[in-house]
Amino acid sequence: MNMLEVKNITKSFGQQEVLKGVSFSLKQGEVLVIIGSSGSGKTTLLRCLNFLETPNGGSIYVNGEEVFSADSGKKLSDAQLRDRRLHFGLVFQSFNLFPQHDVLKNVTLAPTLYRTTELKKKKASKSEIKAAKAEIIEQGETLVDMVGLSEKLHEHPCRLSGGQQQRVAIARALALNPDILCFDEPTSALDPELTGEVLRVIRSLKDQGRTMVVVTHEMEFARGVADHVIYMADGIIEEEGTPEEVFGNPKSEKTKLFLAAGFNK
Amino acid sequence: MDFWGMIYDLCIGFGVTLKLFALTLVFSIPLGFILAFMSMSKIKPISLITKLFIWVIRGTPLLLQCLIVTFVPSMLFGIPNKDFKEFLGLETMADLQFMFVLFAFVVNYACYFSVIIEGGIKNISVGQHEAGKVLGMTKWQIFRHVVLMQVVRKITAPMSNEIITLVKDTALARALSVIEIIAVAFEKVNKYAVLSPLLYSCLFYLAFSGLLTLVFYYVEKKLSYYSV
Ligand SMILES: Nc1ncnc2c1ncn2[C@@H]1O[C@H](COP(=O)(O)OP(=O)(O)O)[C@@H](O)[C@H]1O
Ligand SMILES: [Mg+2]
Repeated sequence: MNMLEVKNITKSFGQQEVLKGVSFSLKQGEVLVIIGSSGSGKTTLLRCLNFLETPNGGSIYVNGEEVFSADSGKKLSDAQLRDRRLHFGLVFQSFNLFPQHDVLKNVTLAPTLYRTTELKKKKASKSEIKAAKAEIIEQGETLVDMVGLSEKLHEHPCRLSGGQQQRVAIARALALNPDILCFDEPTSALDPELTGEVLRVIRSLKDQGRTMVVVTHEMEFARGVADHVIYMADGIIEEEGTPEEVFGNPKSEKTKLFLAAGFNK
Repeated sequence: MDFWGMIYDLCIGFGVTLKLFALTLVFSIPLGFILAFMSMSKIKPISLITKLFIWVIRGTPLLLQCLIVTFVPSMLFGIPNKDFKEFLGLETMADLQFMFVLFAFVVNYACYFSVIIEGGIKNISVGQHEAGKVLGMTKWQIFRHVVLMQVVRKITAPMSNEIITLVKDTALARALSVIEIIAVAFEKVNKYAVLSPLLYSCLFYLAFSGLLTLVFYYVEKKLSYYSV
């Protein structure tokens, strides 16, 4: 069964049709890389998956369960929306860490709030809540360690380099253990010498079997990490296939032009 | 004129000044947040009416607002102020006058604060809200744990300006015969035909606003443990 199934997603902003029917599917542990020139709708697609935008048409399934359908007609309640979006995680191009919290708190804040709300609903005792919090902190420390920042546990984001901030953002997204982790150009805001450390973390997540959707302009990296590649142009999938097919032997003229421009850079 | 006796009386008057100051702050800051949210409401009528209200309050003198408030119970609800006093369970008419002044101050300062707070909230990038959202946080959790402290930090400087202005605005309460420090001082001036009580009351204001300046300096320093 497919872990993620996206069917014919469309999205317009006013008169402008940004996504004109995008469909793809992803198996557990697979990495999908999306490439395409600026303005082709990549960010909008990821934002639709994470319920930051509501698609005008189409549907989304996770593990066979319908998490979104434009046809169902009924609007989701805030609580339903939250539960469904937790299937997905999103790492932003601009990190968006919480500046007033240290690294550990950035990672543990959301899971702590989520768990304590759940436990309070079940009328759990104070000690149960305390134990849950301790467990989340322990998991948080493990995640920060995994992205190689255990020495920065109690630093604030302003004291970290861009690459370190993005690694914290990855740990933060993992803390809620999403089924599918999305990356929107995770290295585009970084100095070239800092992209490597972030890409290595993403690579290691693939080795751990994470299911991921990665939008990137790093072609070498894309080629190495992808199980499946989509080239987007003007809101449609212009070409898709294995990395060998798309990078090695592109069929569409647009893809050829795009790749040529990319590699000359 | 007995010098220490005068200082003592000024202290009593300044006590009333401080009481008005502190109570105004305690009520107007939360009300300022509420007005800020109402003014940013997606429900257009709420937002429009709030903005109109804030415009009227900020566009008219506080002194007039204090005076108008005293007519509200009788003109609007037909309750004479004497009965209104009983209704509120107050002992004297002076207490009632103080309540009127406090009410006008709270509403007036809440409007000024709300504009600052709204600016602070709008200043937080959408990225912060979206980061909270994709992590499954509720709107309230995002406000409480992500936005609020960033807003507090952004608004401390402009808020401290307003708060220091408030210290001095309390002198307006005299118009509704609230016996705060300037009222006490004038009473002495008239009685003994000397100006010194007014000069001494200036020292009270100076000392207190100096203290506040120090407090705000300390708060700003405390809050600057991170940069955005
Ligand atoms: N919130 C929005 N309102 C209006 N237009 C938008 C909005 N978000 C994106 N767009 C437009 O949609 C198009 C695709 O944007 P985007 O998805 O960000 O592309 P990409 O990430 O591939 O560069 C662009 O033309 C952009 O201007
Ligand atoms: Mg983009």
